[in-house]
This record gives sequence, structure tokens and C-alpha cells, in this order.
Amino acid sequence: MSTTTGTVTGTGRPGFAAAARMEWLKLGSLRSTRWALSATALGMIAIGVVTMANTRAPQGAEAARTFDPVNNVLAGIALGQLVVGVIGVLMITGEYSSGSIRATLAVVPDRRRLLAAKTAVLGTVVLALGEAAAFVTFFAGRAALTDTIHRPGLGDAGVLRAVVLSGVYLALVGLIGLALGVMTRHTASAIGILVGLFYVVPAVAAGLTGTTVAKFFPTLIAANSLAVAKPVADVLSPWTGFTVLLLYTAAALAAADRMLRRRDA
Amino acid sequence: MIEARGLTKRYGDTLAVDALTFDVPPGAVTGFLGPNGSGKSTTLRMIMGLDRPDAGQARIGGRRYADLEWPLREVGALLEARTFHPGHSAHRHLLALATGGGVARSRVEEVLGLVGLADAAHRRAGSFSLGMAQRLGIAAALLGDPAVLLFDEPVNGLDPEGVRWIRELMRSLAAEGRTVLVSSHLISEMALTAEHLVVIGQGRLLADSSVADLTADGRSLEEAFFALTSDSAQYRGTERRR
Repeated sequence: MSTTTGTVTGTGRPGFAAAARMEWLKLGSLRSTRWALSATALGMIAIGVVTMANTRAPQGAEAARTFDPVNNVLAGIALGQLVVGVIGVLMITGEYSSGSIRATLAVVPDRRRLLAAKTAVLGTVVLALGEAAAFVTFFAGRAALTDTIHRPGLGDAGVLRAVVLSGVYLALVGLIGLALGVMTRHTASAIGILVGLFYVVPAVAAGLTGTTVAKFFPTLIAANSLAVAKPVADVLSPWTGFTVLLLYTAAALAAADRMLRRRDA
Repeated sequence: MIEARGLTKRYGDTLAVDALTFDVPPGAVTGFLGPNGSGKSTTLRMIMGLDRPDAGQARIGGRRYADLEWPLREVGALLEARTFHPGHSAHRHLLALATGGGVARSRVEEVLGLVGLADAAHRRAGSFSLGMAQRLGIAAALLGDPAVLLFDEPVNGLDPEGVRWIRELMRSLAAEGRTVLVSSHLISEMALTAEHLVVIGQGRLLADSSVADLTADGRSLEEAFFALTSDSAQYRGTERRR
């Protein structure tokens, strides 16, 4: 048997773009990922529609002043963020558990380039999904609102900001999941930390100290700072909250990059 | 050409690889022999840039792995049986590697045919037997048609026909002028395949010579190996398969 046949033609010296195309192929060919992303989008839309269908007109002047149906329609983010974060985790821990990280690093030995490629591909996919889900949820939920309530429009103050930032939020959670996966190299550990940071610790903090500490946790930033048309008292303002989230994501990815480059694979 | 120069790796208090220096020349199959736990896999991982040496360097064609311009077309490696995601098909796994490594996708079909996996190319690779997984790993190693090839325990899980196939594959790769380094704990297999041997024990170099020289005094290669490693086999008397 001959060992090699024909000639190997190259497609050009591989760089970041080749690494990104590789990650795109790997992410797109897992049926589980496609199912999870579709289920996330549908779940968010369903939660938004059900919440809006059950939203009643506010009673009294004070309730009317703070009434914000936009916040209700985006309630599904609290669920969607977990799936998106787990997909970010699995994008790298799946490589460690299967051993494919060795094959990947043989092809792309520049680990910073590899992490950048994963970040770009995951970020793009989840951003597109997050924005699509946020906008579809908004319109579907608005249609489900009872006739006695004024239907919010994208042109109303703060509404477009709330919908767009909610979609971006999902992309940031995916990237934080990826960073946690790089740091732990272990699916269960990374998901444990994710659940702790997004659900358990802020719930405990909220119970003990109200919004003082809890307002800095991503889930509460999303619910009280981003997904609101009317700013809420005692929490971070929309743009402050968004800036804090960007800093968290950047810090997590920077730490992941440092650990990925220093450790044995 | 692979050059190891003072390669050293420490895990806690254990010196896994101890100032290892050797050359792997092109045009021959070089066997990398040693008892279990002697540091063979760690050495190969350092050559591939997966593990960072505590001291020393490994170079391929004069460069560290991380500095290769086109890694997939310069080095091919089978490091362990399963280095693919179980949810991907063999075809998709190789296509992703070819894409990331700058190799045309037509080569994917070629190597799948070459290793005999053409019929299983679109099955979930997670359902593969160890022998098929091994063949997929070899397909990945051949993907870029590289001049340097590393195989860590390549005959594990292969049936007798597969063992003979890989023996002939490695010999023909070497005959084409490529550098072929094959680690194994199977002395009899190395006696049939390799022309040159690097023998290590407890991370240290015990021999770097031709098979002919090691057996010149009429001993079998197995006898020569046991004489060399008598002081350094940590796990003798236990199961010898890894």
C-alpha cells in the first residue's frame, strides 16, 4: 500500500482566520449545540409571552410610575443565560474530556490565537442568537399583552436599549462560560462555578444585604439594569451595569488566556 | 530531524524526564523504547509543545513546535487513541483539522481511504472501536503529508492485519525520507519495525544506537533491552500494557 497519494495543496499559511473557521466547523457540527441553542431561544420567547399574557395593569399612581412591561417580557433571560453559559463551558471542556484538545493544539499551537478564535466564533453565534431571541421575544410578548395596557414600542424611551443589551448580555455570559471552562478544564467544575456566580451567591447576598452587594452580580445586572426601560432605584444604571459586565468578561478572558498559555495541555 | 537537548520535566518531586538528549534522523524508523512510566509519552508531548519542559528544548527541523510556520504540514502525530470529539464524524474531525491547519479539504477523503475508514467516515466517531480510533488518529497524522511523524503506541488495539499494516506504513514513510519516531513498550514489534532505537528508563537515556549494534553480541533485542533497563524498571512484575 502506498503511504501517501497525490500532493497536499495548502490553502495558505494558517492564521487566525483558519483557526476561526476550524472552531466554526466544530461548533456547528455538534447536534447537541444546535438543539440547546434552539431550545434556549424558544424557551425565552415562551417565557416572555406567558409573562406578558399574565401582566396586569398597575393599580395606583406609584405602581403606574414604576410599571415596566419591558422588564417582564425579557424575564426568559434568567433561564437562557444558563444554557448559553454551559455551551461556552463545553466549547473547551469538551475538548479536554475527549482529548481533542491535543489535536487542536497540534494544529494551532499558538494558544492565544486559539482562544481568540473560540471567543470570536462563540461570541458571534451567541450574539446573533441573543439578539434574535430578544427581538422576537419582545414583539411576541408585546402582542400577548392585554388590551388595557399601553403596548411598549421600540421607539419608546429606553426600550430599544433594553432589548439590544439583553441580547448582548447572552453573548457575554457565553464568553464568561468559555473563560471558566478554560480555567477549570472540567465541565462539572465550570458549570458549578457558573451556577454559583449567577444564581446562588447573588441570591444569598440579596437575602443578607439587599441590593448592596447583589447589584454587582451579572444576573441582577441583567434583570434590574439592562432589561429595563425605566431605570430602577438602588441598582446600577443601564450603562454602568453594562460596563461592569464588559469588565467582568474581559477579566475572565484575560485570566483564561494566561492560564491556557502557562499550563501543560 | 528531531533534536532533544537536555529535555527535563518534573512533576512535583518526581523527575519524569531527566536531561534527555538524542537525535531522530530522517529516512529511518526510530523506536522509542522504555518500561512503563519511563517518560516516553511526556517526552513526545514536550516535542509537540503540549507540555512545557522545565529545562532543555526539543526542536523539529531546527525550530520549537510553537515556532513552526505550518505545523500540520510539518509534523504529524498520533499521541493517544482518542483525540476527537465523540459527537463528530471522522470526516468532520479531519475537515476541522485540515481547515485550521491550512490543508485542502480534498486531502480528507484521501487519508480516510488511506487508513481504511472511507466507509465509516460519516459515523459518529464516538462509536469507533479502539482500532478504528487508532486509524483515525493515524489519518490525522498523515493529513498534512508531513516530513516528521510521531506515533505513541500505534499498534494498541489493532488486529494482526492492522499491526502489519502500520508496520509497513511506518517503513514506507521512512523510505520516503521522512523522520519517523515510534514509541512502544512492545520490543518484538520494534525489532520488526525500527532500524534505530532510543531507549530510556526513569526519564534517562540508556541507549541511542542501531538495532544491529544492540544485538551484535548475538543477544535478542529483548535480552538487550532487559539488560539495559534492569536498574530502571519501576513496575516490573505488574501488567506491562499501558
